[in-house]
Amino acid sequence: MTGSVYALMATGLTLIFGVMNIINIAQGILVILGAYLSYSLSVHFGIDLFAGLLITIPTLFVVGIVVERFFMARLKGPERTSMSILVTYAISLIIEGSLNMIYTTNVVQLKAWYVTGTFRIFGLWIAYIYFFGFLLAAGLLAALYFMLYRTRFGASIRASLADQTAAALIGINVKRVSTICFGLGVAVTASGGMVYGATNAFNASTSYDLISRLLTIIVLGGMGSLGGALLAAILMVTLGDVIAVVWSPIWSSPTFFFVLVIVLSLRPQGLFGKQSARVA
Amino acid sequence: MNRKGRYFRAFGVTSVAVASLAMMMTTSSGAASGTIAKGQPVTIGISLSLSGDFSVDGAAFKQGYQLWADNVNAHGGLLGHQVKLDIVSDASSATQVVTNYQKLISLDHVNLTVGPFSSLLSVPAAKAVARYGYALVEGAGGAPSVFQNGLTNIFDVSMPVKDSLVPFANWIASLPASKRPTTAAYVTTNDAFTEPQIPVAQKIIKAAGVKTSYYSVFPAETTDYTPIADAVAAKKAQIVVLGSVDVPTVSAFMQAFEQAHYNPKVFIATGGPDQGSGFTSVVGIKKANGVMVPNAWYGSATTPGSQAMVAAYVKKYGGSAATVSADVAEAYSVGQVINQAVVATKGFDNAKIIKYLHSGVTLTSVQGPVKFDSLGENNKATAFTFQWQGSKFVQVNPTNNKASKPVLFPKPVW
Repeated sequence: MTGSVYALMATGLTLIFGVMNIINIAQGILVILGAYLSYSLSVHFGIDLFAGLLITIPTLFVVGIVVERFFMARLKGPERTSMSILVTYAISLIIEGSLNMIYTTNVVQLKAWYVTGTFRIFGLWIAYIYFFGFLLAAGLLAALYFMLYRTRFGASIRASLADQTAAALIGINVKRVSTICFGLGVAVTASGGMVYGATNAFNASTSYDLISRLLTIIVLGGMGSLGGALLAAILMVTLGDVIAVVWSPIWSSPTFFFVLVIVLSLRPQGLFGKQSARVA
Repeated sequence: MNRKGRYFRAFGVTSVAVASLAMMMTTSSGAASGTIAKGQPVTIGISLSLSGDFSVDGAAFKQGYQLWADNVNAHGGLLGHQVKLDIVSDASSATQVVTNYQKLISLDHVNLTVGPFSSLLSVPAAKAVARYGYALVEGAGGAPSVFQNGLTNIFDVSMPVKDSLVPFANWIASLPASKRPTTAAYVTTNDAFTEPQIPVAQKIIKAAGVKTSYYSVFPAETTDYTPIADAVAAKKAQIVVLGSVDVPTVSAFMQAFEQAHYNPKVFIATGGPDQGSGFTSVVGIKKANGVMVPNAWYGSATTPGSQAMVAAYVKKYGGSAATVSADVAEAYSVGQVINQAVVATKGFDNAKIIKYLHSGVTLTSVQGPVKFDSLGENNKATAFTFQWQGSKFVQVNPTNNKASKPVLFPKPVW
């Protein structure tokens, strides 16, 4: 269940890379921004965390559009991908500094009855937040999948994913598709951020832990692959948790990274990546 | 390489050498002179973690240092010089902290340096300032590993962390057999601050007949604590000793325990619950009830100067005595020790300050008496155990201390 939430956060990252060849280092802080937005709506307006997504998702979509228009769209040339790391890191620092000023560095956590509420199934206590988070992630991933594979706009995205030049030649407005994709990629962080903020205490600095995990997920899954992000996220969390319980938490991360190295040795493009290196 | 290129190279190498020499001369003269022109402020260089993993503690340390500087300046300054704090952020990075102190000394020409937050950052910081002959008085670098580097310029005003849990362990051992818990779980992050504390406590508790049902170390970079907490819950130990450094870790374990319907009779965490409102605002007052933490100071401490500091804190930052982080007192104590050393040596000469602090003199601080041994550890510090009881944060151990209140035992359910 936790894996599905990471998948949701990583999906945005892999979508942005797949369409735009941009590595969005700011994805971690955008997740935290989503968590803080849910926090503000909950504490100051009494809006339920899930209902608040109706506000936070569109808000972050707009944030994504603005970031893309003002920063990403200006990146041109062969160094575009590497430059995107620097630019998105700068954006990350700006947002982190702003959040520290607004919310201070004190950690906070989202609260609702389902955060600590549980139900029992097969003798195991399951927290509602993980169950609801899983349903939310599954629903949003399904919607994203439907949009990609059952709509005309989705076909434009997939065409841009495959070959931007060819897509432009057949009349697809690749620039517009890129902008909307960046907006979508950022928008999904709102839901991931909400669930993350309900299951973990956080402040702006938490983003550093997140971005390293999210990048690992999309590298393992194959950069640009939505299905790969889902599988890699579930693999990462499940493998880590099982190792932590049956062996030792100390070996949790090393084991996962050992698996990552083995997979990348055999498939440099990741589990579902189509090419080992993309050309900008 | 042609002749022109060789000239350029020679010129470059010479320039760098001359610049380095000039920098060394400038810095060493600054450190050694120990005098400040009349009317000029005394500048104290500090690297603090204002972002990154230690950002909560870094912010509290900044408050503590600032409160001390405000107090000194309101009373005429340090030997007549107003105190000016030169604070730079290290983002909780052991690399950045070195760069910061080098910059503070060689470019900003600060007169004195005081420590960052955590044992992790205090060691590289002390090594960096030692090259310039500076003393590093700090308040949050009490891990044994800090004092195993052969450094003579580091002084920790707080309690050495190894024995922090001893009063708690002794209390468990002192309980009548009929009331004493029978099983204990120990789980700690692999941090220089937490790890040394656990075996010391375990040894005492085990000797009292309490069986160890779980012992595990988890990496500091862990983000998902649920499987570890679930493993602890599955053992149903009656005591949980958690080696933690921050609020998110404690909060995650408490939440996972509650979700697993697991209620230990005793729950103590080495760091996090001492963060005042920074802790209760995350976990809630009700769930904090009964949670324990070792430390050397709390908001209601009656040590000289403590109440005045708390009053100044509440006036400046709001809250109440119970919500003041122990970090504030640690930073404030650093300032107090520096103050006494400067007054005693009648100047700002770091060599004299280091010699004075090693002289065996007993100093005062809001955390209690300070006396450094040859390694720079404060051997006069006393360990206490504190517990959240309702909205109050009270001292409960050592039980023979007259300021200690009865322990809330067993801990109420979450």
